[in-house]
Amino acid sequence: MDLQTTIYLVVGASFALYIGIAFWAKAGSTSEFYVAGGGIGPRMNGMATAADWMSAASFISMAGMISNMGYGGGLFLMGWTGGYVLLALLLAPYLRKFGKFTVPQFIGDRYYSKSASTVAVLCLLTASLTYVIGQMTGVGVAFSRFLGVSSETGIYVGMGIVFVYAVLGGMKGITYTQVAQYWVLVIAYTIPAIFISIQLTGNPIPQLGLGSNLVGSDISLLQKLDQIVVELGFGQYTTTTAGSTLNMFLYTLSLMIGTAGLPHVIMRFFTVKTVADARSSAGWALVFIAILYTTAPAVGAMAKVNLLRTITPGVVMQNADIYAKDAAIEYAKRPDWMARWEKTGLLKFEDKNGDGRIQYYNDKTKNEAAKAKFDEAGWKGNELTVNADIIVLANPEIALLPNWVIALVAAGGLAAALSTAAGLLLAISSAISHDLVKGVFNPKISERGELMAGKVAMACAIVVAGYLGLNPPGFAAGTVALAFGIAASSLFPAIMMGIFSKKMNKEGAIAGMLAGLFITLFYVFAHKGIFFIKGTDFVDMIGGPNPFFGVSPEAFGAVGAMVNFIVAFLVDKVTAEPPEHIQHLVESVRTPRGAKAVDGAH
Amino acid sequence: MDKSGEAYWKATLGLLTKILTVWFLVSFGAGILFADLLNNIHLGGYPLGFWFAQQGSMYIFVALIFIYGKKMGEIDRKFDVHED
Repeated sequence: MDLQTTIYLVVGASFALYIGIAFWAKAGSTSEFYVAGGGIGPRMNGMATAADWMSAASFISMAGMISNMGYGGGLFLMGWTGGYVLLALLLAPYLRKFGKFTVPQFIGDRYYSKSASTVAVLCLLTASLTYVIGQMTGVGVAFSRFLGVSSETGIYVGMGIVFVYAVLGGMKGITYTQVAQYWVLVIAYTIPAIFISIQLTGNPIPQLGLGSNLVGSDISLLQKLDQIVVELGFGQYTTTTAGSTLNMFLYTLSLMIGTAGLPHVIMRFFTVKTVADARSSAGWALVFIAILYTTAPAVGAMAKVNLLRTITPGVVMQNADIYAKDAAIEYAKRPDWMARWEKTGLLKFEDKNGDGRIQYYNDKTKNEAAKAKFDEAGWKGNELTVNADIIVLANPEIALLPNWVIALVAAGGLAAALSTAAGLLLAISSAISHDLVKGVFNPKISERGELMAGKVAMACAIVVAGYLGLNPPGFAAGTVALAFGIAASSLFPAIMMGIFSKKMNKEGAIAGMLAGLFITLFYVFAHKGIFFIKGTDFVDMIGGPNPFFGVSPEAFGAVGAMVNFIVAFLVDKVTAEPPEHIQHLVESVRTPRGAKAVDGAH
Repeated sequence: MDKSGEAYWKATLGLLTKILTVWFLVSFGAGILFADLLNNIHLGGYPLGFWFAQQGSMYIFVALIFIYGKKMGEIDRKFDVHED
């Protein structure tokens, strides 16, 4: 069977599975629509959370970023998993005990204020919309690369699939499809990694292979990789940090706090039966996430090794001289996968020194010894640009794996994007139907009316997300800076103080949220333009790029969170204490006894 | 024994502090601040600091959440605030 047919069959089968689940798991009440009826087991919720969490970026881009960044890429790994420790210890069990449908509802009730919940709704909508655009474009990308249709068609098909199970089933439908999507994506991710690990190190477990010796040699894979990339003028793979140590520290912290504060993740913990289940479910979620996340660094490093030995044969396994005249591969004799990916523009070759061979190195290196070698070898600049996304997408082809593995990777990328999109769309639609329609505009709305409002809001959210996916605005590129920045600087501190401080009042919380949000957006927009519109950046006004101790805008969320805490604390000191019943509410949230099934009653 | 809400909360915060200390030490400590130092030690083919940043901290995070869940359950029962 040819590759294209195989891909259509595998992807088609996965879609049929999702739609089948949708018809089996229809939502008949608001409780089913918002929290899947509140009876999901901790392990199953962990799986659904893992799929909810692992997005197109985790699946497609993360290993490639690690491959390019080396050691510094660890900030994504630690940041996006360490957040679950914060979520499990500081938020999830308490929000579960609180027992309501949405995150803004907690903030509104705890701070006895419609304004507080409205600020939370705005933060949630901005963060989730930014995030969902990335998923929609991810669906389009996967379709256009693997199924040979335009990315527009891909987005329409993706919208249609999500529509069926999210509108019909709400959280119930989304939960069961996410469980199925978890298995599709994790199998698709690990199988190529296992094959590649065996090829390079003889060890079938990628997590061990990354720390093993190369096949038939007594040099470890990482040591060899370090040696070659340094010869090519790059930073040493196992030690190069992402900016300064302070930047890497704050970047990691921002991702952790942001992860814990993202509403679409938090609300998954409203679906379990008990507080104890919420605690263990966070552990299971991280188990299922870690299966992929501990594989990713192996995929990244091994793909780099494979790329280097494709371009300069013999350099890894036989100690060939990387600078020798005829060492690099001739462009005309490059492998088929390179030719295939050149068509997508993700791989570009330009023969700068006219020798018909591919030179891949860092021509901007500060390593003088390496530079001298480049000149001696007659290299006239780097000739190959490799987009980070190729590392995962082309991995099976680079390792010469069979067609069904390539088809599986296509289905896995789509599963990752669709499952995250559905979770985000539910966060968006429940904020609209529950917090705005029922909470603010029409508190007397009936259960049936609210369920209908939820479904309509979901349908509209899908259309909006699809439209923005087709016409991505500038801020779509800012998922990390915007979504994680907002979650870290506004939502996480507000929720945490609501649980851990009995005395925090509405004035303090609202001032804190706004201050954290403002300073973070200010720093991000100064670098990237107001809402990422080109030409509106004002970074020179604040003293050039990264003026705050060399901290990049993506790493600024943690600073925003600090500002939030400090401002909230100061304002709280000079304003009235929260009323007695709120302090009792906090006490009851802190103890597990008396937890009932989640319901939305105000 | 003091079974008040305050004593329960104090026990909870004590547990959180311990777990978050480990959380900080393995990621920000071993994975970032002391990574260079630890890289002098090797774990198989892994320099140890690199291992903490790209593997070890994640395994320890998983263990931490399950330890937290177990210990919290014990505290809940001790102060008689557990669910039935």
